[in-house]
Amino acid sequence: MPKMNLSHFEAAILFSLFTSVVLGVVTKRTDQERLQYGAYVFACFVAALFGIGWLMRLGHG
Amino acid sequence: MATEKEVKQPMAPIGVWAPAVALGWLVPGGGHFLLKRTGRGLLLLVSVTSMFLCGLMMRGAMFTPQSGDLLTTLINTGGFLGNVASGILYLLSVWLGYSQADTAGHVHDYGTKFLVTAGLLNVLAMVDAFEIASRRKD
Repeated sequence: MPKMNLSHFEAAILFSLFTSVVLGVVTKRTDQERLQYGAYVFACFVAALFGIGWLMRLGHG
Repeated sequence: MATEKEVKQPMAPIGVWAPAVALGWLVPGGGHFLLKRTGRGLLLLVSVTSMFLCGLMMRGAMFTPQSGDLLTTLINTGGFLGNVASGILYLLSVWLGYSQADTAGHVHDYGTKFLVTAGLLNVLAMVDAFEIASRRKD
């Protein structure tokens, strides 16, 4: 099996993508709601990724 | 504020939902395929399998149950259950001899989390299959 060597950012984006798809599929009742919720969760993941990333950078000095 | 009382639905017979939940455990999205929710089943299959395969390619470690202090027991048993929840993906990788020591490094660490999360997402898919099979959800 090939080895994957991803950066923190790439791995976190992949994680967010797969998780958002599943949460979108299992949570809502119509396809429209699923798509919207999946996109919303993905956007939240990315916002948290950047937000916490900057917090750590600022906190680290 | 809720004005209506929640009506508690009776539990559906086990024969109605058990096949979908069992197949959903074995094959991610399998419960949805059985219940003719092909599109959703396909999305679940692709997402959970991709996450698991990414975890393997990042050389993530599989958990084995260990006893010791409370935190060690909790982490290792919980991680093991998370791994097992991936169904055939976990069974195949163990049968084919996948064994990765828990080594330092962010890629390995992400890999370990991907492997556990794939199982946890499959648990969500199983719960969804249960709700569809017992007619609590379309």
